Amino acid sequence: MSTGLLASYEYLDSTVDAIEELKKAGFKVKAYAPYPEHHIEDALGYGQSPVRVWTLVGGLTGAATGLAFTTWTSVDWPLIVGGKPIVSIPAFVPIIFEMTVLFGALSTVIGLFILSRLPDVKPAVVYDPEFTAGRYGVYVEAGSDRVDEARKIMNAQEPIELREGEGEDDA
Amino acid sequence: MSTVAKDRTARGALTHPDVTRLDDVNRDVLKPLTGPPGKGWWMMLALCGAGIGMFFGAWGWQMYRGIGVSGLNAPVGWGVYITTFVFWVGIAHSGTLISAILFLFRAPWRQSIYRAAEAMTVFAVMTAGLFPLIHVGRLWHAYWLIPYPNSRFLWPNFKSPLVWDVFAVTTYFTVSAVFFYLGTIPDVAAARDRAVGLRKKLYQVISLGWQGTDRQWHHFGKAYIFLAALATPLVLSVHSVVSWDFAMSIVPGWHATIFAPYFVAGAIFSGVGMVITLTVPMRKFFGLEAYLTTKHYDAMAKLCLLTSMIVLYAYMSEFFMAWYSGEEIERTAFWNRLFGDYWWATWIMLVCNGMVPIMLWFKRVRHSIPALFVISIFINIGMWFERFVIVVTSLHHEYEPFAWGMYRPSVTEMMIMVGSFAWFGFWFLLFTRLLPPIAIQELKEVLPPPMRKQKEAH
Repeated sequence: MSTGLLASYEYLDSTVDAIEELKKAGFKVKAYAPYPEHHIEDALGYGQSPVRVWTLVGGLTGAATGLAFTTWTSVDWPLIVGGKPIVSIPAFVPIIFEMTVLFGALSTVIGLFILSRLPDVKPAVVYDPEFTAGRYGVYVEAGSDRVDEARKIMNAQEPIELREGEGEDDA
Repeated sequence: MSTVAKDRTARGALTHPDVTRLDDVNRDVLKPLTGPPGKGWWMMLALCGAGIGMFFGAWGWQMYRGIGVSGLNAPVGWGVYITTFVFWVGIAHSGTLISAILFLFRAPWRQSIYRAAEAMTVFAVMTAGLFPLIHVGRLWHAYWLIPYPNSRFLWPNFKSPLVWDVFAVTTYFTVSAVFFYLGTIPDVAAARDRAVGLRKKLYQVISLGWQGTDRQWHHFGKAYIFLAALATPLVLSVHSVVSWDFAMSIVPGWHATIFAPYFVAGAIFSGVGMVITLTVPMRKFFGLEAYLTTKHYDAMAKLCLLTSMIVLYAYMSEFFMAWYSGEEIERTAFWNRLFGDYWWATWIMLVCNGMVPIMLWFKRVRHSIPALFVISIFINIGMWFERFVIVVTSLHHEYEPFAWGMYRPSVTEMMIMVGSFAWFGFWFLLFTRLLPPIAIQELKEVLPPPMRKQKEAH
């Protein structure tokens, strides 16, 4: 647990300015928004999301599984059907494709849940219900030595509300 | 910071005149969830409940007496059940088209519609999935569809399109349900923050503790794009596989390479029609006129018009190819479609799918929501008959004249077919009251963001 300050802003530009100033001063910042806002993401300096690796690995696993499964079951009891070869790749393509999509999609979701720490059953301490309605939030971790500096930067952008709170370290 | 405002307008966002503030969206979209549902909603729900009773009653009767209570017999072994199965799978397709394909193409008009369309997809696949179970007759053997080896370690035949279909439909149901659920998480979190009591508890569970932090949005956005990219080829594959259930056989009228694109176009045609049928009453009941405007309906009508032309082209091409092939059996099959025992079904199909949508060329029709509603009903009827024509007229008139025969749907079959609409409607009605019917967070993305500096400049 660490102590910090939570500010809610009405305006996007105030939020982005506050984040940029806080980052410049070397604070660890967490932002809340009612919708995906790439200006906030840019201000926080996000790169590529590793979700894409989950999608790729899941999809490839699905394709390999589909091919291995159809081939193995056909070879396991060789039976000529419809005059096709025992291992008839074109006829297996629909199965391979569906398995690719199924595994890819499910692993994307699992990746998302792991990366964004969902489901989050702990009661939200540092949170305001207005963040899903129309306000932006900025939470900053600050020990007692730097809390005044953080408060000054956050107040400069005229928040609607500024309060002290305790948040989880990893979030 | 001035780049923010400029960038937003450059995105070509479709803004709604009555909605200016971010929390206005929450107020309007969450209203149907909190207010009393009204008499109309309860009446519709009661009607659907009665229909579900009829559905399961008729199905139970069929299980008790056997598949003989249906009109299915040699030579027509596929009838209303398979027709209705293909119909509902087709309906599902436009939901994924609107939510995934138009998402990748960044079509700005999809935002207001896609949540309802996606819900429709999930419920339509849920409905469609029942029909193979009904059609097999002995429900207690339905688990044979699952790919597992029998007692002698013989596996299902993976070269068979019917096995492909099991994979395609189950994958489609799983992926579309996951895609739908993922999209609702931030919106259910918005509903959670306004709800009280039992509803709040329910939404807390559904929203998985979503808070809208930068980290959550960052990964969510990427995951959503990848899911859309996976759902796009999936939707095209599913109805192609359904069409191969027919096209892989050598039945005259089925064995055609045009079937996959023809089925996909028909699926989107019928699905967009169904979206219009569902959202016109929904926007009226719940006062969502500011979000579902004539602009949205105009775009959907154009999509209907395009797909109707593709479908009509496919009909023409089938008839032409039957004649041009010089194949006597093929020619007879198509002559029989137009002027044979089931001529009325074919003409209903041609009029509803080919002729009625011609009206959509006129802007006045596209901008009249009542007119679109009526046309969409015609499309629904026409597309059901298209599948009936493909299934029944091909089977009843195959190669050998001594094996020709007639098929007449029994009362049990009709009750199950009509009841499936009640089953579908029941879930859709619950959806309109339990989940935000319009995607809140995506609507906020296209609103101009609140800016302090602009305000001071005024």
